[in-house]
Amino acid sequence: MSEGLSVIGKRLPKVDSLGKTTGRTRYAEDLVLPGMLFGRLLRSPHPHARVLGIDTSRARSMPGVHAVLTGPDLPVKYGILPSSQDETALAEDKVRYVGEPVAAVAADDEETAERALAAIEVRYEPLPAIMSIEDALRRRDALIHEQPDGSNVHKLVNLEFGDVDAGFAQADHVREDVFFYEGSNHVAMEQHAVLASADEGGKVTVWASTQVPLYLHMALVKVLGLPKERVRVIAPPVGGGFGGKSDVFSHEIVAAKLSLVARRPVKIACSREEVFYLHRGRHPVLMKVRTGFTQDGRITAMDFRSILDGGAYGSYGVASTYYTGALQPSTYRIPAYRFQGARVFTNKPPCGPKRGHGTPQPRFALEVHLDRAAEDLGLDPVEIRLRNLVRPFSMTVNHLRVTSCGLKECMDAVLEASRFREKHGHLPRGKGIGFAVSAYLSGAALPIWWNEDPHSEVEVRIEPTGHVVVSSLASDIGQGSTSMLAFVVAEVLGLDPAEIELVTADTERTPIDLGSYSSRVTFMAGNAAVSAATKARQVVLEAAARRLRVPAERLVAKGRRIRDTSARGEGLSWEEAVAEAGREGPIVAMGSYKPPKLAAPYKGSGVGPSPAFSYSACVIEASCDTDTGVLTPDRIWLAHDIGRAINVRAVEGQVEGSIVMGLGEALLEAQDFRGGLLKSPSILEQRVPTILEIPEIHTFLIETVDPEGPFGAKEVGQGPLLPVAPALANALYDAVGVRMDEVPLTPDKILRALEEQARGIKSPRVGPRGFPLVPMTKEPIKVAPPDMDAPVLGRMG
Amino acid sequence: MMLRLTRFDHRAPSTLAEAVRLVAESRGKAELLGGGTDLFPGMKRGLFEPKVVVSLRHVRELHGVRRNPDGGLTVGATTTLRELSQDRAVRSSYTALAVAAGLVANPQIRAMATVGGNLCSDTRCNYYDQSYLWRQAVDFCLKKDGDICRVAPGSPRCWAVSSSDLAPVCVALGAGVRLVSVRGDRILPTREFFHDDGMAHLGMSADEILADLILPPPDGTVSAYLKLRRRGSTDFPVLGVALALRMDPEGRCNRARIVVGAVAPSPVEVEEAERALEGQPLTDDVIDRAAELVYAAVRPMDNTDLTPYHRKRMAKLFVRRGLASLRPPSRAD
Repeated sequence: MSEGLSVIGKRLPKVDSLGKTTGRTRYAEDLVLPGMLFGRLLRSPHPHARVLGIDTSRARSMPGVHAVLTGPDLPVKYGILPSSQDETALAEDKVRYVGEPVAAVAADDEETAERALAAIEVRYEPLPAIMSIEDALRRRDALIHEQPDGSNVHKLVNLEFGDVDAGFAQADHVREDVFFYEGSNHVAMEQHAVLASADEGGKVTVWASTQVPLYLHMALVKVLGLPKERVRVIAPPVGGGFGGKSDVFSHEIVAAKLSLVARRPVKIACSREEVFYLHRGRHPVLMKVRTGFTQDGRITAMDFRSILDGGAYGSYGVASTYYTGALQPSTYRIPAYRFQGARVFTNKPPCGPKRGHGTPQPRFALEVHLDRAAEDLGLDPVEIRLRNLVRPFSMTVNHLRVTSCGLKECMDAVLEASRFREKHGHLPRGKGIGFAVSAYLSGAALPIWWNEDPHSEVEVRIEPTGHVVVSSLASDIGQGSTSMLAFVVAEVLGLDPAEIELVTADTERTPIDLGSYSSRVTFMAGNAAVSAATKARQVVLEAAARRLRVPAERLVAKGRRIRDTSARGEGLSWEEAVAEAGREGPIVAMGSYKPPKLAAPYKGSGVGPSPAFSYSACVIEASCDTDTGVLTPDRIWLAHDIGRAINVRAVEGQVEGSIVMGLGEALLEAQDFRGGLLKSPSILEQRVPTILEIPEIHTFLIETVDPEGPFGAKEVGQGPLLPVAPALANALYDAVGVRMDEVPLTPDKILRALEEQARGIKSPRVGPRGFPLVPMTKEPIKVAPPDMDAPVLGRMG
Repeated sequence: MMLRLTRFDHRAPSTLAEAVRLVAESRGKAELLGGGTDLFPGMKRGLFEPKVVVSLRHVRELHGVRRNPDGGLTVGATTTLRELSQDRAVRSSYTALAVAAGLVANPQIRAMATVGGNLCSDTRCNYYDQSYLWRQAVDFCLKKDGDICRVAPGSPRCWAVSSSDLAPVCVALGAGVRLVSVRGDRILPTREFFHDDGMAHLGMSADEILADLILPPPDGTVSAYLKLRRRGSTDFPVLGVALALRMDPEGRCNRARIVVGAVAPSPVEVEEAERALEGQPLTDDVIDRAAELVYAAVRPMDNTDLTPYHRKRMAKLFVRRGLASLRPPSRAD
């Protein structure tokens, strides 16, 4: 698929892989400055309590302690979303979860800092704690945020596209199911860390393990009350993000403030336990889905409801809530669709975005629900999906613009390779095969903070020597954004990616990028890089054209030379051509990218649209030991519509990584609480998969060459996680005939369902028993569906 | 950040005599270091606060597997679990022990962890294996800094769980330990060495060093070990079933040992189940009866991973599967 391309579509090592494999890469925690102090945070032992008073006098007088902060030192509220400015860096009057920071110290070393924390006396008045969705909806004796409506409901969404009641009235068969998807932490290898250094002029530089240097910069400016130019944020290479470093964190603001107060650099490195408290992980979500079908399996209407257990603060929660309802129509043609979502506050660490942000939960529900409906209707699981498959270049009922779509090709690839149709329903008891599909965004079409600026800018600078420097604020969290920039620019300029110098993730030195979240960087920064490199190349080609006395249109940059395509001859070397072009100094070109205007005219339409959707299809073959209840995936086939693979090796790595994380959520991980406490905030008990839990993986890349992606590329960082859990639950059903309507699929739950089956109970299952009533205080926003078959690229803004 | 170790004196004697003297001099303030895989995580969480750490890693006489005159084996305390699991004599004559050693944690840990360290490893409880902040949030527990057991608040004792894979196997095999102090040597059967008390689970005093594990002559004993844990690697056992049988030529069991680990503060020997096997051929009925008796005897609590009921149920299944695996190959019939 990559004819004529020299770099794109190959299997190349990432440009930073040598540093990582040899241990030379310096992450935020590795950074050291002269005179550096160590900061630590005092955290609440109560899930919900009033802070009556804090006595820091003993800590302040301890030798080696240089600064102590409490809530009143940092009173300005902040939050990642404009609508959820509900956090302070240190709790002032209340704590809302175990682990919430209440005070901070900077000291000569971590031991002294710990001793100083122990010397701080906090008087608490414990309040009743809300620890479940049900309690958050029912109880009135504990209000986590003192909301004026007297409830713990953070957000309600009520949307209706088309005539849903009419759709159900036309249905021959209506099916309703209730599902629960457990929450989990990202468990990135690198724990969060920050180093802050204030200079004599009161300017503070912050090195943070963050996916979002821009938003961290905004929050620091706001909370510290400093002019923009007196705050500089740098993101060193990040050791894994997965959404866990895409919020602004207490320790980042506190380190900056401690440095300003102590006039010394201050580092705060979080322990693994602290990472579980600052969290922002997968929301636990309770869901109810009701769908009408015609006799031949076509969807007539769908009603999807979700309740998210949000934890103690807003974080990305408003967006997460919308996401639990946004992408159902991206894979299936749903003519009428109702979505009611609610997010509640609980006294738990705040939830946020984790790989797939708000969409793995509904995808699990939808894909298991469809398998059940297929059985009701006497169809096989593939057929019901084929009859409802979304069409390429069409609109969905909720106004999502679908462009390139290789979902059918993805299905064909995994179904054929796995011989799904031969095996499904025909394997011996204990062996099963399951199938699911999904879609995900290549970047959100709308920014978090509304403005008209580009979402990504990239600068390409060619020195007179021929040396190329590419700058972008995009932060490399291991996904390979830096390598992507090198590959794209190298392709356009005809150079070797290894010779491109990259300056990234520095708010003072690099042009804007919104951040490494929502699978946006390859698509958006990639497009900006193509644009910048193409402009820079044009300058070089025109100079070469003058030297060679041929029209510039006939010249190409390839293999470090500028050549005339229609004539023989050596042309010019890259250096010769640049020397010709750069007589008056370096060649500097800027490229930028802004998504087309894709939001429809209704409130909430900003969540869901993307310039392009990736598609995935997954088949899992699994074994279930009916004595132990242990479910073991034996083989996984996953096909992903990547548009075009910029680097095949990196794309396959993302697919495999998504599968591993998906299996962890499907089989193992859970956020168990004991009273108000996380039961085991340790990496041992979080039980992420080890390599022994990972089966044989067969990855297929489907290249649909998206019309708007850089070289046709789309996302891969998140999408392939989505179909894993439902494919496995469907495989379990095929293996032993029991339904698990919740993850994780643990052995004790599987045995419980098998016991129901042995007792002769019809449709044995484990899952939520019901769905609580959510008081929908607002009338639904009724939205007329678009013409779902109108040619869509004409809508480009 | 990584959790930090608090300050301590590190002593690294090269003889057992010197090690024993250092331990005696420390008057109960010392911890012994084998591979450090249990000691250091506990120290980082503030669960142990030794003033002195006496490393046994350089005491050569404590390392390696030796044949005894009676045909048994002596396993030195600092023999690593990897070495134990790969030892030819152990694998052929004490199968369960080699299997158990090979199932501990993961390859990296087995390369460091020692036999003595595994036998002496601390009991575990998910109210106890926590940071200071967490333990403070539940107002501490009996085993460390508190005054009631959080697992069974009405109980006057500690229910932390023996989480050694080797312990139940050693009891089943009738192994002993040699304990050495400045006061002299003694050999204690492992069934007496492990005490049913989560806080004082080892029958040794603070000045003693576990020097050797002593395995009796194999005498035709066949053995098996089955481990329950969430993942295929790394996790501690939340159930370990150790079986050791001696069969007579007629295919009847003439001695049975059934010991269940990781369900109580010490390995639990189920004598009723052993009696149900003795004198019997290993028919399905006999095996089922023994498995039911184990099910009735085992009472795990809610202080480890997986649910107590699941662990109890798996104890029955594992006994059944383990005994079936020890059936003599059936003669042509």
